[in-house]
Amino acid sequence: MVNKDKITTENLNLWFGKNHVLKDINIGIEENKITAIIGPSGCGKSTFLRCLNRMNDLIDNTKITGKVSLGGENVYNNRMDVVTLRRRVGMVFQKPNPFPKSIFENVAYPLRIQGVRNGISERVRKALSAAALWNEVKDRLNISALSLSGGQQQRLCIARALVTEPEVILMDEPCSALDPIATAKIEELLFTLKEQYTICIVTHNMQQAARVSECAAFLLLGELIEFNNTNKIFTNPADKRTEDYITGRFG
Amino acid sequence: MKKRKIVQTIGFSLLYLSVFIAIFALSSILYFVIIKGAGVINWEFLTSMPKEGMTKGGIVPAILGTFYLATGAILFSLPLGIFAAIYLSEYAKQGRLVRIVRLGINNLSGVPSIVFGLFGLGIFVKFFGFGVSILSGALTLGILILPTIIRASEEALLAIPESFREASLALGATKWQTIKGVVLPNAIPGIMTGAILGVGRAAGETAPILFTATTFFCSRLPSSIFDEIQALPYHIYALMTEGTHSELQVPIAYGTTLVLISLVLLINLLAIIIRYKMRKGKKW
Repeated sequence: MVNKDKITTENLNLWFGKNHVLKDINIGIEENKITAIIGPSGCGKSTFLRCLNRMNDLIDNTKITGKVSLGGENVYNNRMDVVTLRRRVGMVFQKPNPFPKSIFENVAYPLRIQGVRNGISERVRKALSAAALWNEVKDRLNISALSLSGGQQQRLCIARALVTEPEVILMDEPCSALDPIATAKIEELLFTLKEQYTICIVTHNMQQAARVSECAAFLLLGELIEFNNTNKIFTNPADKRTEDYITGRFG
Repeated sequence: MKKRKIVQTIGFSLLYLSVFIAIFALSSILYFVIIKGAGVINWEFLTSMPKEGMTKGGIVPAILGTFYLATGAILFSLPLGIFAAIYLSEYAKQGRLVRIVRLGINNLSGVPSIVFGLFGLGIFVKFFGFGVSILSGALTLGILILPTIIRASEEALLAIPESFREASLALGATKWQTIKGVVLPNAIPGIMTGAILGVGRAAGETAPILFTATTFFCSRLPSSIFDEIQALPYHIYALMTEGTHSELQVPIAYGTTLVLISLVLLINLLAIIIRYKMRKGKKW
């Protein structure tokens, strides 16, 4: 079975000021699969991820060349509305960042800004269930989201990203601030989510990439060194540098 | 060894002395005002009109006038200040222009208040033709406290973590939705603190309302925003400079001073309480 690419990049280059951060990245992120981006700190993993929903637009002095296509549409096209794009491509951040609002209002927020009026509570319930958080919070939806544990907060952020049913979910080291048990819960969650969503996850945890992803991309100093099936990357890497990294010789 | 110890003792003594003098100066003002003014404060003083050429009776018109002026000033400058702060910290591209605007705003707060008084006379009283009135005075005071409000609001906005903005934008919110839904609600306690300090400042100023709003004596309470009024600080000034029966009027002036100083301290206390609560409630 050949899977369709959901997101492709063509000769993607990015500069922060004079700093050339991403160099000619060509990659295809397949639909309904989990793609992991791995590489040492500072290699441009997060920056790459943030190109896909144009979060780098927020940073001054950023220059981007090349193409990022979402379902065949260039997201850096002038006609592309960045708000619409971010509603199609959701994001979960490294540090859980719920708003200082109630649990319910956190998940309802994306619906409210889209002007949804009806069926909000039903959709909030669905999103919280999809994020495997419903049973833990169903009796206290009105308490502050900040009183949840770190792992619960991160699942709340996932629910918040799911509630508007985006096509793609970007995750920027979503477990790096969590303990192993919370991490296991989120990894389990990823498997159920990929049936409906295309997921791209940045991680510096090699085991995690091996456990959850089907495809993996190895970035080093802004260059895409290798991109292949996760299995192939971890058992028989084509490039010496990939092998050195995954066997822990550097990074 | 011994010399070092002596130098240290002298150093510490100087520091203690400075603190002592500062506290002494502040508390002696309070002491002086209370001793001189407490005698005339009673229910009648606070609730009745002045009588017999302001040698007897109360200070109701002045209390009310200060209330109107401070309220008017904040109604005018709070929305303006918040919007200006939102523009400066959220929208404007940080560069030379914004730096110059900020410098201008900061310098505005250093301009002597009498200059604001003359400005208000020229613009609001004469040019716009509002006359010597509550409106002219409130607008003048509003401009006087605008820098305070803008600065407090900007600081409150900058204190909101960037991660809140990113989270909201990544969910497909527009910039304005992000500001309205996430940034502003969390900045409100900080903005309120600034606003309350502004009210305190507006209530205590004399020079800006000297030519724009106040009069020596009103026989009746104001009925519209275009009426002249009395105000606490100006009332003190008037009693001390234009009174003809000083033996009767000086105690009234001290009583008025005590009312004014209590009012301003109370307003500042309120600001401190809000700030304290805000810091306690902050969990991010």
